[in-house]
Amino acid sequence: MMDSDLSPQDKKDLDKFIKFFALKTVQVIVQARLGEKVCTRSLSSPTGSDWFNLAIKDIPEVTHEAKKALSGQLPGIGRSMCVEISLKTSEGDSMELETWCLEMNEKCDKDIKVSYTVYNRLSLLLKSLLAITRVTPAYKLSRKQGHDYVILYRIYFGEVQLTGLGEGFQTVRVGVVGTPIGTITLSCAYRTNLAFMSTRQFERTAPIMGIIIDHFVERPFGNMGHMRPCNYRAPGEDEGAYNGVEDSQEVCTTSFSTSPPSQLFLSFLLFSLFLTFTLSLPLLFFLSQLYCSRLSYQPPVLVGAADFCHPSTLNAANPHQVTTQMGIPGKEGGVPQQVPVQPCHGAQAEHGRVSSCPPADHVPATPSSSGEGAETLSRSIEVKGVSPCDVLETTFTRKVGAFVNKPGTQVTTASLDLPFAAFAPRAYDLEENDPMVQPPESPATSSPLQGSLHSQGSGESGGPAQDDFVMVDFKPAFSKDDLLPMDLGTFYREFQNPPQLASLTIDVSSQSMAEDLDSLPEKLAVYEKNIDEFDAFVDTLQ
Amino acid sequence: MNCRSEVLEVSVEGRQVDEAMLALLHTILLHRSTGKFHYKKEGTYSIGTVGTQDIDCDYIDFSFVRVSSDELDRVIRKAVGEFKDAMGNGTDGMGQISLEFYQKKKSRWPFSDECIPWEVWSIKVNVVNLANEQERQICREKVGEKLGEKVINIVEVINQHEYLPKMPTQSEVDNVFDTSLKDVQPYLYKITFQITDTLGTSVSTTMRRLIKDTLAL
Repeated sequence: MMDSDLSPQDKKDLDKFIKFFALKTVQVIVQARLGEKVCTRSLSSPTGSDWFNLAIKDIPEVTHEAKKALSGQLPGIGRSMCVEISLKTSEGDSMELETWCLEMNEKCDKDIKVSYTVYNRLSLLLKSLLAITRVTPAYKLSRKQGHDYVILYRIYFGEVQLTGLGEGFQTVRVGVVGTPIGTITLSCAYRTNLAFMSTRQFERTAPIMGIIIDHFVERPFGNMGHMRPCNYRAPGEDEGAYNGVEDSQEVCTTSFSTSPPSQLFLSFLLFSLFLTFTLSLPLLFFLSQLYCSRLSYQPPVLVGAADFCHPSTLNAANPHQVTTQMGIPGKEGGVPQQVPVQPCHGAQAEHGRVSSCPPADHVPATPSSSGEGAETLSRSIEVKGVSPCDVLETTFTRKVGAFVNKPGTQVTTASLDLPFAAFAPRAYDLEENDPMVQPPESPATSSPLQGSLHSQGSGESGGPAQDDFVMVDFKPAFSKDDLLPMDLGTFYREFQNPPQLASLTIDVSSQSMAEDLDSLPEKLAVYEKNIDEFDAFVDTLQ
Repeated sequence: MNCRSEVLEVSVEGRQVDEAMLALLHTILLHRSTGKFHYKKEGTYSIGTVGTQDIDCDYIDFSFVRVSSDELDRVIRKAVGEFKDAMGNGTDGMGQISLEFYQKKKSRWPFSDECIPWEVWSIKVNVVNLANEQERQICREKVGEKLGEKVINIVEVINQHEYLPKMPTQSEVDNVFDTSLKDVQPYLYKITFQITDTLGTSVSTTMRRLIKDTLAL
């Protein structure tokens, strides 16, 4: 490469373009695997902060991971940046689905204009990437992720590794852009054989950098995400010589710095603190008990949450709440002129409600962000945010110790305002109360709000004196047990520990198997007798 | 200047025509649209930001990305709707919808401006009728895969970086770009279509032949 032919300004611009192109490439790929539709708004007036004139939001954790993988270097000849997308099932099996490679070869285009042509072609390449990421098989899989599997990503730098894609993987080239220092190519290699290898033993794979989404996994409070530990892996991370690009500090400060919390963040924190103290500590404890209990009923994919990585910010909620920085409009060719600016929102965590196409404000000042402070304070319980709705709910469920076991004698005298108490296992099961033996009648239901209000009142008057951690028997939300001998709570309690299915016990199964085998000839005779009817039925279906 | 011409062919069921055409036309326009230009003094300009939006098809197992511009989407939907109406509902047939990018060349009075195409995308559509739900389900998946291949084809062509009009000055921007939209600025384009009857002859070709024959008499 003939760097000496490039002017210093062009060299600097080109390095910057390549760097931010790499970061945007990672964002596009990861966001396309979040499992939800991405929507950003067109803006007629340039903001100067949208690289390549495309509205691609930045998920901070993804940017962080990408920068970490790059370690101050740029994709270059022999140094490729790769984003590996894999699938991990709830049983723990994982499979690489595709690998996106940003590479550079030695073919140079010395006559090309950096600040104009290269920039516009990189923009075109990003558009192509947007289109192609929806076409590979992993897209459909990512849209359906949830209980059974989740999609993960890993960013690495160095040599491309495609061995994990299995035999017969296909390659699609997204595009190429010639530059004076080499030709940038972007391609994707994707697996075509989606069957798990039978010989592949389950092993704890090397930590993966980031979990993309478990957006559709059931959560205690609906749309709340949760924090996951992040395990890092950096094989192939090139720790070679620093390639001369100035440290990201200068570049980042202009537009994409991960800055300390902004004033907006602090105001959210203060508001959240206020909310928290208003609701009082017992409420916090109640929430913690609630979440802990709910976790025990989560599908295995969440039980193994420790294996998954951060960031929850890859929840689809995040793309719409990430920071975009402001800058001044570019003067030539639409290239943004970079100036140091304060970030709009330095939040690291995901919050609040998800919308597939939110208004693309550059300052995501959404009410749901108020939950950030609660999350900070409630980190141990992994409650992501206290939405206004949840605040309303929990206000009426102030009774604490909802999941703490208490002797049955106290059940009837316990307060009624213990919603979600059904999640706590009961210490004993009585057969006479066993719903499997004696199905309960439908409990009298009342409107949730009414029930909550009532329960609050009764709780204050009739409940046993208790502090935040007193053991009480649980009561289901919005249900009363004063009218029926078998209420919803008891039913739920019993149902939590159902007896093992008779067909699964050895004696019964063997006995029934023998009976089944004996009855087979009779059944076959009956079917043969009625064969004409069956044929007629099949004909009607065709 | 030679106009680059690309042809894409798809076979779809009647109710899939709209979405298939939208998917391909929007994919092309995504690559042929920029942000709004804002000219400044000294001949410099800045460019607005193009947003994107994922669209899921209802009758095809396919999702595509389009420019976030409701105005542009309305124009394309209108054209596709007219094409589908011309194709007829529920009948077999063939048709072709063309997306042509052109530049205007100013001519002196009394001649009108000349439209010089520089890229033409022709999408040939073969509409089939299916007998039962099972076939329709298979068709959903097959057409989805086919559209994916077409998107890859489109991207391959576009990334060959062949001719693109030069960025115009402020006075000539309307000769290169469609500046009528508020939020994005596609290259000047027009959408035309022609319907082929089941005999395989183009209606327009037949009409042309008739007229020629009449004049020859």
